[in-house]
Amino acid sequence: MAIKVYGLTLSNNALRAIAVLNEKGLDYELCPVDLQSGAHKKPEFLALNPFGQIPVVQDGDEIIFESRAITRYIATKYKESGADLLPDNSAKFETWLQVESSQFYPAISAINFELLIKPMIGMTTDMSNVEKQAEKLSAVLDVYEAHLAKNKYVAGDVFTLADLNHMPEVFLLLKSPKAELITSKPHVKAWWDDISARPAWKKTAASIPV
Amino acid sequence: MGGVILYGSPISTCSARVLLCLEEVGAEYQLVPISMPTGEHKKPDHLARNPFGQIPALEDGDLVLFESRAISRYVLRKYKESGTDLLKEGNLAKSAMVDVWLEAESQQYNPAISPIVYQSLFVPKMRGGTPDQAIIDASLEKFKKVLEVYEARLSKSKYLAGDFFSFADLSHFPYTKYLMVTPYASVFESYPHVKAWWKDITSRPAFKKVSAGMLGS
Repeated sequence: MAIKVYGLTLSNNALRAIAVLNEKGLDYELCPVDLQSGAHKKPEFLALNPFGQIPVVQDGDEIIFESRAITRYIATKYKESGADLLPDNSAKFETWLQVESSQFYPAISAINFELLIKPMIGMTTDMSNVEKQAEKLSAVLDVYEAHLAKNKYVAGDVFTLADLNHMPEVFLLLKSPKAELITSKPHVKAWWDDISARPAWKKTAASIPV
Repeated sequence: MGGVILYGSPISTCSARVLLCLEEVGAEYQLVPISMPTGEHKKPDHLARNPFGQIPALEDGDLVLFESRAISRYVLRKYKESGTDLLKEGNLAKSAMVDVWLEAESQQYNPAISPIVYQSLFVPKMRGGTPDQAIIDASLEKFKKVLEVYEARLSKSKYLAGDFFSFADLSHFPYTKYLMVTPYASVFESYPHVKAWWKDITSRPAFKKVSAGMLGS
């Protein structure tokens, strides 16, 4: 039975799961969830994820929700398949995996939601929130700029899950009016140019309808 | 061999997360206080450990880590042989559930509970300010929805990841402990399984020890 991904290729969090499956070269079936009609809040879906959010991955008997738990699970179970995204016992890896979640994601996902998603679902962008989050993200990216001046990838010399978890949000931000938050920082931009050139990412990116 | 050095504060939620792990595994450690009121966390010495200027940070020989959930995972792995295995990394089905509920803490539980704690405890107690009731009320509504999910989960499962205590349960401690010090502790009365789970995990010696160093004890 193929791995099932419940989600959408427009969803930042679902794309994280899709990206890791592509890096691993694994076959999967994308089961779209119609958020507009509230499918994610219906009992059938809540049985998969009681928090009523995408993505959910079903792999045999395992049902996993929360995108970062999914990516760690896939990277661990299929370590021998495709690129190895988990360095053995690396403190820097675990730290920067967490940095994405705690420092990077809150600001960048808020900007992407305001600028890209809200117009699609008939809501009004709150530009003052965009500016507030942009200031936060810029300060965070200053730290990334210094870090990536000394490290080719966030966890060191090789591409890992710690880089991959960032990719959907960076892709989306670059489609928005706030792209310069990334492009104005030379080492951050160089890191993105490198990791987005990966064939597996190109496959993921081609499926994003933005 | 010597222990590890934790830079932080016993009253800080994120430092408490790491302290709990260190206590659970019986690690040798030294807590070096970093003074937030004097801005020590933003000075060069600490920025060299954590470029985001936050506590905690951990030094283990030449290794330096920051982000409490990363430090905790590092500590729990390092001292796994002590007999306390809170990550279950040798069993994929179990470790996957630990990771799911760790993420639930980080992405669902924490964003709902932390504004309540921040406004009702930290703002008056540490900043001498007035709580913003509108923020508290909005967060309480969000938090109740999260607690409904936890209630359902803990009705079927003794601990969050399964029938075993894990890092996923532990990670919820610091902010929940602080909520219990505020009048909003009463929100747990409507969720008997969550309340029972809380009573169980807080009876552990490590929890009692770390709790004693926090506010409101």
